[in-house]
Amino acid sequence: MTVAARLRRRPLAYLASLTILSGCTGPLSALDPAGPAAASTATLWWIMFSGAAVLSLLMAVLVALAFLKPGIASLWSARSWIIYGGLVMPGAVLSALLIAALVLGERMIARPLEQPPLKVAAQARQWTWSFAYPDSRRATLSVNVLHIPAGEPVDVTVTTTDVIHSFWVPRLGGKIDAIPGHRNVVRLQADRPGVYGGVCAEFCGAGHSAMPFTVLAHEPEEFAAIMAGAIEEARR
Amino acid sequence: MSGRVATPLRLHRQLNEIWASGRGVKRLAAVNHSVIGTRFMITALIFFGIGGLLAMLIRAQLATSRSAFIGPDLYNQVFTMHGTIMMFLFAIPMFEGMAIYLLPKLLGTRDLAFPRLGAFGYWCYLFGGAILIAAMLAGAAPDSGWFMYTPLSSSAFTPGVNADVWLLGITFVEISAVTAAVELVVSILKIRAPGMSLNRMPIFGWYVLVTAGMMVLGFPPLILGSILLELERAFDLPFFDTARGGDALLWQHLFWLFGHPEVYIIFLPAAGAVSTILPVFAQRELTGYRAVVVALVALAFLSFGLWVHHMFAVGIPHMALAFFSAASAAVTIPTAVQIFAWIATLAHGRPRFDIPMLWIFGFLFVFILGGLTGVMLAMVPFNWQAHDTQFVTAHLHYVLVGGFIFPLVAALYYWLPHIRGRVPAFRLSMPAFWLVFIGFNVTFFMMHLTGLRGMPRRVGTYPVEAGWDWLNLISSIGGFILTMGFALIVVDVFLQVRYGRRFRRNPWKARTLEWAQPIPPPAYNFASLPWITRRADTLEPASIGPELAAGHGYLGFARNGWMETLGVDITSGRMEHVIVLPRQTYLPFWTALAVAAFVLSFLFSYYWFSLLPLGIAFILLLCWTRVTGLDRDNGPVVIGREEIAPLHYETHRPPSWWGMIIALIADAAFYGSLVFSPLFLWLTAPAWPPSQTLKSGMVVPALLVATLAAAPLCARRAVALNAKSRSPVLWLAATAILQFASLILLVILMRTGLPAPTVHAYNATSFALLAYSVLHTFLAAVFSLFGLWRVWAGYVSARRSLDLRIATPLHDYTAITGFAGIGLVLLLPTLITAGEAFR
Repeated sequence: MTVAARLRRRPLAYLASLTILSGCTGPLSALDPAGPAAASTATLWWIMFSGAAVLSLLMAVLVALAFLKPGIASLWSARSWIIYGGLVMPGAVLSALLIAALVLGERMIARPLEQPPLKVAAQARQWTWSFAYPDSRRATLSVNVLHIPAGEPVDVTVTTTDVIHSFWVPRLGGKIDAIPGHRNVVRLQADRPGVYGGVCAEFCGAGHSAMPFTVLAHEPEEFAAIMAGAIEEARR
Repeated sequence: MSGRVATPLRLHRQLNEIWASGRGVKRLAAVNHSVIGTRFMITALIFFGIGGLLAMLIRAQLATSRSAFIGPDLYNQVFTMHGTIMMFLFAIPMFEGMAIYLLPKLLGTRDLAFPRLGAFGYWCYLFGGAILIAAMLAGAAPDSGWFMYTPLSSSAFTPGVNADVWLLGITFVEISAVTAAVELVVSILKIRAPGMSLNRMPIFGWYVLVTAGMMVLGFPPLILGSILLELERAFDLPFFDTARGGDALLWQHLFWLFGHPEVYIIFLPAAGAVSTILPVFAQRELTGYRAVVVALVALAFLSFGLWVHHMFAVGIPHMALAFFSAASAAVTIPTAVQIFAWIATLAHGRPRFDIPMLWIFGFLFVFILGGLTGVMLAMVPFNWQAHDTQFVTAHLHYVLVGGFIFPLVAALYYWLPHIRGRVPAFRLSMPAFWLVFIGFNVTFFMMHLTGLRGMPRRVGTYPVEAGWDWLNLISSIGGFILTMGFALIVVDVFLQVRYGRRFRRNPWKARTLEWAQPIPPPAYNFASLPWITRRADTLEPASIGPELAAGHGYLGFARNGWMETLGVDITSGRMEHVIVLPRQTYLPFWTALAVAAFVLSFLFSYYWFSLLPLGIAFILLLCWTRVTGLDRDNGPVVIGREEIAPLHYETHRPPSWWGMIIALIADAAFYGSLVFSPLFLWLTAPAWPPSQTLKSGMVVPALLVATLAAAPLCARRAVALNAKSRSPVLWLAATAILQFASLILLVILMRTGLPAPTVHAYNATSFALLAYSVLHTFLAAVFSLFGLWRVWAGYVSARRSLDLRIATPLHDYTAITGFAGIGLVLLLPTLITAGEAFR
């Protein structure tokens, strides 16, 4: 049974089955990545989380030491406390982190590829998303459901017809704002076929809470079939 | 004239007669910094209560999925008002109140530089806040988020009065922020105890100086943005309308150019309280005083270079983001320097425990976690995921509640004995702390995970399938525990103020000057002013206090019913002059009321009528000058300790002159943001170039340049003649005439050369630039006429020349911004054409 068919038959049950009761997974969880951008960001998060845990523990120990055992803590001069704690330690940690984040960010942005990725267009308006497929031979359009092929990068051009919205599919990658008069591009990739939830992340008025959409990642052949005309059926 | 000092009690009676604020209705005339500061703090705490109740509504709504507690329209008002109140009506005014109340006491003086301005600021704050709350009760509160992003806040998508309430009400409140900032900067620089050089100043003075300096530069971009957006809403000038050459991103840049320094403006004073309180309980002075000062200045600089980290997802090129990412991470360093200075102070002291320390530990724990998530958010790829989710909500509460509320409560418990003269009889503060600490972490710790699991900010309902129910329920339960903690603090403070044990002096054995005062503090602060010979956080209040009360310091007498304090050299703290402060007056109250009438008539779209209260406010402001000045030369006066000093009217650069300079710096920040706007739009907005540009010929601009340039030269000539005891009248009149001529020429340029401002953002920004110069030539001309009047009324002589000299910086500024404005308006079309050719 295809993903689309499963979603059509019992959409809530299908989404719910994805909601495993473990802490980090969920249909919209950035910590349950399903594509390279989200996966490397999640890795970055776990590294930073562990680092932050160590650092906050260290700080707690240092404050406790200074308060409870000033005799020991005063073995270091005030000058070395300030220089090593205030300058050297954060300087070292931040430099390493900034370089890692910069390299990671460079890999994630929609830079030109040898094989140009598939392009789709997401247009936001209060309070729906419509998706167009300029690369497809037929003029196709889908509302609140974005079809993409799995296993390859897709460049989503995000625009708006009214206020600012933000296009976010947490399990596939970071968000990008839809801003009047501007065209922004975000590169996403789903590693496997599946259903991925998306939301509007920028406050956009009375219907902001109710502006979700779904990304359906298909096997390439299935995607091609949909582009060839089955889209109406998939939407129903 | 000074009279021999008899007893401390008699001296107290004489000074109190002069300084004390009246009771009953006369209270409206109070200008005393203790009264104004207390008012600010109490009003801010009331707004904190209102903001907290709104937070409870939010948590009630979000406790379960598909909640039907409040609908989206109301919910949007609730969260918008929660943010707006906490930022603009609580945090900033709370800082202002704390600084206004404490500074003169810490610096060993009797009042701040501009007492009436402080009173005026308070009324603006109160009336502006009242307008917002009234709108909320009427169901017309702002509902576009506290950040008011266009175009959601534009008239197309918010046609009602809601957004206008925000723009006008908050701008009204911001008057108080800017007046307080100017007052605080000048007071710290010029009004300290003699001998208190900058490097002897209590560290809190440095924190407030840096914070107030940031406010001078940080608030003008927001005020400009609000005015531009209100002009767009009221008169259809398209600054932010993409279809007509505007850009929604312009608003975001202006807002965050203010909005990020704002976070540090909130955090720094609280850190200043920690740097003051923690050494008292470490029983040694702060270590690394210089390092902390350098860190503060570095933090202030950096904080203006990282506003874009609120805009990582708007489509700015990644390499540009990397710069702002690095700057955002770099602010960690000056913050870490402070934290390690505190740790080193504890390590090298003999730390002891008391309730304020408990709150400082809470602060360190919570704030460090907030700082760590701040570093995470500064990393661009992670920010793309976490931005605009509950993760950020959690982060900002860790930073702001950790960085402001916890130190604030420490400060409250530390200084409450000073304010009311009582120490606590009960120990409710202990359970209150644990309720707040546990409640806070329960509310916000798991919220990080809620965000990473995909819950965006500002949603009022969410589907059960998303799996956020249990996380939100935990947060909501924590929120109610937190509220109970705050309620218990209120009870505890009430008990302490009402039933606390009385004490004589200095319960904490602190070593700063405020504890050398009689407690509760009298209106004049010190019966005589101290002289400082070492760092002012290593003093002995126990011995200084009685000496000052007996009148052995400076100005230990009552003279002519004058409110006197001393002005010092900025860096060395060398005694310079006697400042005679203005007495109690109703003028600030009436002026603020007139401004409130202007705001309300504008709010209800009576644009022409609104000019009437605006004119009244302006005339009332002019009336402020009636009681200042001397109509004859006075010469130096006795100040005690066998020294003499001139009165400030007869010195070169008294506080009012510096007030003009600082006000012009704020004005320049405003103008800089205004100049930024057309350049930014030209480079990024889609609908450029404009179809029509300015057509002026060269005659009017050439004449304008001539009149603008000539006015300050004439004004300088007038000052020079006056210095030689010759009449400056003719040259002053010439200055005024030239300035009115510039004004008329500017209007001609706008009317004949400029295409309709509603057509394109180019026209609208050009219009705004020229209108700015119209306003300034008018102000400068008023100052010239004021000088004429003062000469005519006999307030000016070769020795008393301030009334003429104070306008010189304004004249120069008007000419310079005039040139810049005309130059930009004339050159932009050429630049645009050249840019198009280049493309």
